[in-house]
Amino acid sequence: MMLAALALPLAGVAVLAALASAAVSLAASRWPRVLSWLSFPLLGVCALAALASGIDALWFGGAHQAVLPLGLPWLPWEVSVDPLTGVFLLILGAVLLAVAVYGPGYAREFRNGRDSLAALGVFTALFVLGMLGVLLAADAFLFMVAWELMSLASYFLVAFQHEQAEHRHAAFLYLLMAHVAGLAILLAFGVLAAASGSFSFAAMRAVHPDAFWAAVAFTLALLGFGTKAGLAPLHVWLPEAHPAAPSHISALMSAVMLKVALYGFLRVVFDLLGPPQWGFGVTLVLVGGATAVMGVLFALQQTDLKRLLAYSSIENLGIIFLALGLAQIFQAAGHPALAALALVAALYQALNHALLKGLLFLGAGAVLHGAHERSLDHLGGLLRRMPRTGWFFLIGCLGMAAVPPFNGFVSEWLTFQAALQAWQLHDSLLRILVPLAAAALALTAALGAAVFVRAFGTAFLGRARSRQARHAHEVGRGMLAGQALLVLGIAIAALLPGPVLGLLARAATQLTGAAVTGDGWLWLTPISPRVASYAPLPILAVLLVVGALGVALLRPRRRAAIRRAVPWDCGFAPPTPRMQYSAAGFAQPQRRVFAPLYALHEQVTPGRYELAVGDRAWRQLYLPLGALTDRVADRARRMQAGHVRRYLAWSLITLLVLLWIVS
Amino acid sequence: MNLAALPLLDQAVLVLAAMALFSAFALLAQSRLLSAIHVFAWQGALVAAVAALTGAASGDVNLYISAAITFVLKVLLIPWMLHRLVRRLALERQADPLPYPALTLLAGAAIVVFADWVAAPVAQFEHSATRNVIAISLAIVLLGMLTMVVRRQALAQVLGFMAIENGLFLAAVASTHGMPLVVELGVAFDVLVAMVLFGVFFLQIKDSIDTLDIDRLSQLASSVEQDEDTEPPR
Repeated sequence: MMLAALALPLAGVAVLAALASAAVSLAASRWPRVLSWLSFPLLGVCALAALASGIDALWFGGAHQAVLPLGLPWLPWEVSVDPLTGVFLLILGAVLLAVAVYGPGYAREFRNGRDSLAALGVFTALFVLGMLGVLLAADAFLFMVAWELMSLASYFLVAFQHEQAEHRHAAFLYLLMAHVAGLAILLAFGVLAAASGSFSFAAMRAVHPDAFWAAVAFTLALLGFGTKAGLAPLHVWLPEAHPAAPSHISALMSAVMLKVALYGFLRVVFDLLGPPQWGFGVTLVLVGGATAVMGVLFALQQTDLKRLLAYSSIENLGIIFLALGLAQIFQAAGHPALAALALVAALYQALNHALLKGLLFLGAGAVLHGAHERSLDHLGGLLRRMPRTGWFFLIGCLGMAAVPPFNGFVSEWLTFQAALQAWQLHDSLLRILVPLAAAALALTAALGAAVFVRAFGTAFLGRARSRQARHAHEVGRGMLAGQALLVLGIAIAALLPGPVLGLLARAATQLTGAAVTGDGWLWLTPISPRVASYAPLPILAVLLVVGALGVALLRPRRRAAIRRAVPWDCGFAPPTPRMQYSAAGFAQPQRRVFAPLYALHEQVTPGRYELAVGDRAWRQLYLPLGALTDRVADRARRMQAGHVRRYLAWSLITLLVLLWIVS
Repeated sequence: MNLAALPLLDQAVLVLAAMALFSAFALLAQSRLLSAIHVFAWQGALVAAVAALTGAASGDVNLYISAAITFVLKVLLIPWMLHRLVRRLALERQADPLPYPALTLLAGAAIVVFADWVAAPVAQFEHSATRNVIAISLAIVLLGMLTMVVRRQALAQVLGFMAIENGLFLAAVASTHGMPLVVELGVAFDVLVAMVLFGVFFLQIKDSIDTLDIDRLSQLASSVEQDEDTEPPR
């Protein structure tokens, strides 16, 4: 029982370590070594503490609460650690640990640049601190403070290399969307606080708003957290901000921050808002499905590696929200066991996505570091020059493509298992809708596989498409170790799904009241053995045996000397790297099939083909909105003439009128 | 309302307050800066005297201290600082005539009537002297604002601002026999800090654009910068 009480102190250690990291980073502008020798190791300590705290909370269950002597006098900050927090502490700890190992090597590149190392260190630590605060907060006040800290710190990280105009643009867009999201979340908490009369989560949990206000709070929460999580059509900041930030920050943002938004949504909608409603679930399924399909289609068309990964994050968050919608529907229909299954699927997907996307962003950073290039059109053949990074990246790609026995398969399979139980629902509309969502999920999975085949194939196979790619070099030991740590996590999530599911199930049980059993460590049987079972270890064994047999059979008997020769060129011009299948060419079939969904600008001139794939959300939603804002601002500007005396006159007139009204 | 029936001290307070109101009008119309500063100093002295007399009437020691602080700040220190500022900026001879002096003064008179009307229900059941002083202090506040609206000279605006503060102080003294001493000290300190800031600020403005005519300061920061492109990024 002693160990059970450790979750909260460990989380406290994590918070203190993040604070210490922020403090020591201030010295990095004078002594750059501080960043490598103190800031990142302290973040590592923070990560280990968060990891331990998360596992502790999941292992022992139960909620641990404390009231901090901070905050406003009549509104002290409350913190708590329960299994739901534990899942996300686990995610944060795992990814942050890898980033802490990876970071020093990556940040060394900035040492000779003009960018401030102190800013990098301080804001990274504050960013982590904000995320920890959001996870630990047990009242709306601390939650909002931590949330804004997270948003602002990450804004400064996106704007880190602010000499480039597009980075400034991305950072501004991000700040704008983060503000709108923060406002929506604040209002959602306002609705909950009005119903319960208190800012404490415990009080909100006890008293629920009526149906209308619950719907309002749900909509606001979906808008606020959905913006942060990148749900369509609120996703536009994400593909701009992720490539602009330094790669280890992109990894943190994509792998952890999006999950923190997911956590906030789970906390508000599944924990605080009260009884589930099928309308909420349908909304989530539709939004999640649309986001997933949209995200994967755009991921398929990107040529910038980090933008591609960002769109893939949107896709994954779409899948997660789809699973959440299923959970809400099942819970509202009175099937708590199925709801728990869908919720576990969502949490498992969140964990997988964090590990995989963390690995892939670190890999993209390594590519950027080694080849100074992140456009797929200029990469190629990196597997030979950066073999370790290449293999790690391949593991990430296979996981993302949901190929068994990798971990991405486990969570998608669980989501399908939940979706295919829709026949148990009584509402016929839902019985049609849910399988349709499952179909969208299947389409997403297939296209997702294409995305990563294309990404890996163009960047790592074939021949180098540019001089930089030809002279790429393998990255240092620290950066490889960071990726290896995530690969270890992926292996655990992939090969031991039973125990991992057992841990995650506690959070699902906390939210739905029903238990999910993984049924042993070898076989994963979420519903019953007659429905479906999955065992990754035998699959891996079969794959290894078949692979070994294949190698043994195909290998030449005698050890002939390997001779390198020019490939046969059919008697035409000698092949050049430009003759390879290009990234744009690979995605051409999908571009034709789904053409109405893209905003395509194609231009063909003799000997030249230009292609720009734009987001329709820009032209149809954001530009009109921006124009409207401009018009309103112009109206307001007539009064805002800039004449000091005119302002004073307005004040005087206002005062006189008010006095007149009062008396 | 029979003013002659009031105690002598109250009558004296009323007279002094009326003189303070007159000084507010003088401040509104005085186009020479140095003279305006002198008028402001006189106004401060009148307000301090009101505070001291009210203290004598009520036997409150705090009011004496308030009066002393006001005297030191508003009669000595701030006018002296303004004087120095005028010298340093070489503004002694600069006149800042009102565009429509008659109209402005009429507006000021209308404001006084308005203030009297507004203050009528405020202290209906109170002492009639207090009621009048409240009306006067409200009028001084509004006249101070009017000064800020009609004057183009930045220094004259500072005088208007300080006059508003005088009006507020007068209202506090008349209605509640002075604010708590802590608040009083805080406000006095604020005014002083504001004065220092104004001084620094004006020197900078004068340095950079060579005038203190605030109508020249009409360009909004955002209208100078070009709007960021609203095109989709890619």
